[in-house]
Amino acid sequence: METLFSTIDAAYMSKLLVILLQGVLTSLRIFAITLVIAVPLGFLVSFAKKSKYKIISVPINIYILIMRGTPLLLQILIVYFGPYYVFNLSYNRFAAIIIAFVLNYAAYFAEIFRGGIESMPVGQYEAAGALGFTKAQTFFRIILPQVVKRILPASANEVITLVKDTALAQTIGVAELFALSSKQASFKTSVIPLFVAGIFYFVLNWAVTAAFAYFEKKLDYYK
Amino acid sequence: MAVLSVSNIKKAFGSNVVLTDISFDVEEGEVVAIIGPSGSGKSTILRCINQLETIDGGQITLLDDNMIAGTSPDGKPIYSSPQVLRKMRLNIGLVFQNFNLFPHFSVMRNVTEAPIHVLKMPKEQAVEEAKDLLAKMGLSDKHDAYPYQLSGGQQQRVSIARALALHPEVLFFDEPTSALDPELTGEILKVIRGLAREKHTMVIVTHEMAFARDVADRVIFMDQGVIVEQGDPRQVINHPREERTKLFLKRYSEDSQD
Ligand SMILES: Nc1ncnc2c1ncn2[C@@H]1O[C@H](COP(=O)(O)OP(=O)(O)OP(=O)(O)O)[C@@H](O)[C@H]1O
Ligand SMILES: [Mg+2]
Repeated sequence: METLFSTIDAAYMSKLLVILLQGVLTSLRIFAITLVIAVPLGFLVSFAKKSKYKIISVPINIYILIMRGTPLLLQILIVYFGPYYVFNLSYNRFAAIIIAFVLNYAAYFAEIFRGGIESMPVGQYEAAGALGFTKAQTFFRIILPQVVKRILPASANEVITLVKDTALAQTIGVAELFALSSKQASFKTSVIPLFVAGIFYFVLNWAVTAAFAYFEKKLDYYK
Repeated sequence: MAVLSVSNIKKAFGSNVVLTDISFDVEEGEVVAIIGPSGSGKSTILRCINQLETIDGGQITLLDDNMIAGTSPDGKPIYSSPQVLRKMRLNIGLVFQNFNLFPHFSVMRNVTEAPIHVLKMPKEQAVEEAKDLLAKMGLSDKHDAYPYQLSGGQQQRVSIARALALHPEVLFFDEPTSALDPELTGEILKVIRGLAREKHTMVIVTHEMAFARDVADRVIFMDQGVIVEQGDPRQVINHPREERTKLFLKRYSEDSQD
């Protein structure tokens, strides 16, 4: 224990917090940008998957299979290094992370949406149709609000995983929370930076969980 | 004058021919009951008239509107323009066996959503009308309840109010009491009787023979996709002419005695 803490003093602690908070900000940016793009994209993908045109549905199916069937880590490396090896093109690491995360998470969200939409009883569509609602009205007024409620628990899992997955950005050198804390850990030969990073992840996910619990409670007014 | 005229309807699901050649008229203010064994095509008729299924041949006329505009070279019916189909659809109300209320809307909103967003009725007017309808259904104290908080009988009454809110020319019921406990059946039948007294034009698919006999002006007996017999309820139910009708009613009264 002596050696673990020997190099850590109060001055270093505050410096560490400043460094790690910057990492948190980067992680949060990856998290937020991914969510904002991947959720609507996943929505579109779930519709494209059900398209009656094979030229759309088949490629979409293959895309989902690949995204869910291979490690995200591998996808990140291919998105970043692929263009370099093929076209000798190197580009922004952060952009590469966003592209990889969005592609991966859109596939997962698409499957969640699809499951939610398919779980809706056909009677809801028929009642809406018999009342003269247009297809768009039926979807946005009747179906979608109920689907949101149904998919909330599965989405919460996905979003919590996303928080933790942001750590994978370090593999191509993006200075997010995990990258910075492990750098500090080896620099100081101490587990304290890693431990602090763990606390940050935990707090972030606690906030995510609380947010979802809040939404689930808000939608709890009907069964 | 016939409000609704169904002529020579044909319908098959793949190779399974479900409706062979169905024709009947419904007069203004008339109550027609459709009875028949399970799988005889009763629901399918209602669903074809409601455009929940497409027909393979025949014609459906509601007031002045024809559902089928013509026939394609390969003999398939060509449906009328979306405007005509929409008008026809709005003139027909449908009450489902399992209610199909919108669970995320309050009772009030279940009833007002379509008038407001489909008929573009001002909200105040839709709410006023809904209050009247719900009062008639004995649900004045349930405006703010959600469907899950209601009994099956109450839910079915909300769904009747929801259908009536669009002022349809004809109201269709597909076994409105089949999903209900026996002690709740009576309250729905009472509501339908009340509507009959107000001269609502109605077509009711039902397994309640006594009810059909009491409330209907005419009974249609279907079997295997054809109308076997139709006429005065007392005649069809108490003194059926056709062998198949006799068999069905006999089996039916035996079944319902155990
Ligand atoms: N969507 C469908 N696809 C295939 N077959 C169907 C479909 N809907 C109904 N059928 C078939 O059509 C036939 C008539 O069904 P329908 O539901 O009209 O009968 P019903 O007289 O209403 O019976 P019940 O009294 O049980 O409600 C049945 O053989 C049924 O299996
Ligand atoms: Mg039926």
